[in-house]
Amino acid sequence: MQHEALIREPLILGNKSIHDITEDICRPIESKPTKSWWFMFILASACLLWWVVCVSYTVGVGLGAWGINNVVDWGWDITNFVWWVGIGHAGTLISAVLLLFRQKWRLSINRASEAMTIFAVICAASFLLTHIGRPWLPYWLLPLPNQFGSLWVNFNSPLVWDTFAVSTYFTVSLVFWYTGLIPDFAAIRDRAQTPQRKFWYGLLSFGWVGNAKNWQRFEEVSLVLAGMSTPLVLSVHTIVSMDFATSVIPGWHTTIFPPYFVAGAIFSGFAMVQTLLIITRKVMKLEAYITTLHIDMMNRIIMITGSIVGIAYITEFFIAWYSGVEYESYAFINRATGPYWWSYWAMMSCNVISPQLFWSKKLRTNVPFTFIMSIVVNIGMWFERFVIIVTSLHRAYLPSEWSMYHPSWVEIGIYLGSLGLFFTLYLLFCKFFPVIAMSELKTIVRSSSLQAHREMHLHAKDHGHAGSTSAAAAH
Amino acid sequence: MSKYIFGVFSDEELVMRNIAPLRSKGVKIKDVISPFPIHGLDHALGLRRSRISICSFLYGMTGCGLAILMTWYMMISDWPMDVGGKPNFAFYKNMPAFIPVIFESTIFCAAHGMVITFYLRSKLLPGVTAFCPDVRMTDDKIIMQVEVSDAESEAKAASLLKEYGAEEVKEYGK
Repeated sequence: MQHEALIREPLILGNKSIHDITEDICRPIESKPTKSWWFMFILASACLLWWVVCVSYTVGVGLGAWGINNVVDWGWDITNFVWWVGIGHAGTLISAVLLLFRQKWRLSINRASEAMTIFAVICAASFLLTHIGRPWLPYWLLPLPNQFGSLWVNFNSPLVWDTFAVSTYFTVSLVFWYTGLIPDFAAIRDRAQTPQRKFWYGLLSFGWVGNAKNWQRFEEVSLVLAGMSTPLVLSVHTIVSMDFATSVIPGWHTTIFPPYFVAGAIFSGFAMVQTLLIITRKVMKLEAYITTLHIDMMNRIIMITGSIVGIAYITEFFIAWYSGVEYESYAFINRATGPYWWSYWAMMSCNVISPQLFWSKKLRTNVPFTFIMSIVVNIGMWFERFVIIVTSLHRAYLPSEWSMYHPSWVEIGIYLGSLGLFFTLYLLFCKFFPVIAMSELKTIVRSSSLQAHREMHLHAKDHGHAGSTSAAAAH
Repeated sequence: MSKYIFGVFSDEELVMRNIAPLRSKGVKIKDVISPFPIHGLDHALGLRRSRISICSFLYGMTGCGLAILMTWYMMISDWPMDVGGKPNFAFYKNMPAFIPVIFESTIFCAAHGMVITFYLRSKLLPGVTAFCPDVRMTDDKIIMQVEVSDAESEAKAASLLKEYGAEEVKEYGK
């Protein structure tokens, strides 16, 4: 058993026993959904229906339904793709990177954020599929033998790398998430009161028994998957950034893109985790598990990655001038002062200036403020992709090609609809799946809960170690 | 067929501490079922180290090899793409552009191969009925599974389990 230092804040509040954790996490699954759940679900599925309408319209009439033109051929669609894929980075970061760093605060939030990752990648993939124009031929992206002779996909192209990266990332995140869910499904199965629940969760739990060998393998699998997911998650947004960086478009052709995109992805991903978890903990009454400490920790990551993104923006601008390349300089001056100046400054204020407010501990632990900031950050990160794509493309090499880009109602509809798709999936997850990894959280009840801390303090006093920062209860 | 009795415990530290003394008194502990992973339990029970990470490495190497073969065949051998008069004639010269695909394929095979192996080795598949001596085994109780041969050894094991902190001792399905 592990022991925590006395000065660490407890990770579980409210005197929860191991049985209380099972009760609290299973309660929403075993009771009827609340009115607020139904309200949000109906709203989200209405948006999802609108997504179906807009995507069907696009498939029916072709990409002419969008506002994209000869030069701005990526428009909102790829903006949304990069935005969603970026959001999809926080889940794996929390479950894999924080596991490798042995950060115990990940345990209350990893399940929900991994779910968020999977749903965000589904949304991202939907933008790629609609953008290929003929979404009934998605297998053309794969290196399959075909009737066109020796026609293979081009492995020199970052777009092919992207196919491999996004599909590997999606499937590996899915099995990582599902493997973690198996013991929790078993917990729901074993306490099920109705035959339907016993059947369905029995099926989902794959017949799990928590014997010593199974747990040994489970922990080894989790650790190795975390070790592999860490470079994987970094590779995905690196490759997404290479979709831009390997082209010769001014404003895109920069070596800073991979680290800058990865930092931005973590930044927006954590912001989306905050948005979701602040609502989830309130509606599902999980404040004892997702505490202000968790919110504070995530805000620190938002602040750090926001600062990295800010440095990247400034570096780009500096290099554009320092390189002496007039196309590059023009691209950046046009971003800040051209017809799309408002999007550039929206990006700068949301992504660079606002996260600096998190230097204040008072603001970092303020839940309503964090919620507003999480929305601000995601607006900023959407604008970042919009700025990169639209401002670089709308001024092509020939001034006769210069144009403005206006999204059509279909593109706006697909974007709103993708939010509907995302929230519908997330709400279903909250209703039917355990939103906190019970089996993992139970491992820290005796070391990091409120009552464990009280016991340790008492113990430390008894032995005259009061105030000692070492693990006093260890013996 | 051997018969088992099950000791129900609440505290994982108690279980960990008492495995060795119970065994030394002749109690045949077959397994320990717990609702969460207990650190060091595998050593206490004397389980062998899991070889699943070695499997994962081998799957990863297979994925890496297949990806190298695929990119070599498609880009170098079958159709050497000619870009700007510089055709792809040698794998080692073109390989840097294939690294992302080779990397992703390595991870893909290593991760999925390992998870499938884990499911099969631990007999985790949809439709499998779980072995369940006590429904609280996934809630908050730790179950010690003990093998007994006859009524006498059963009584002895049961009293020892109680002595060493088991809250109840039960038989399967009761």
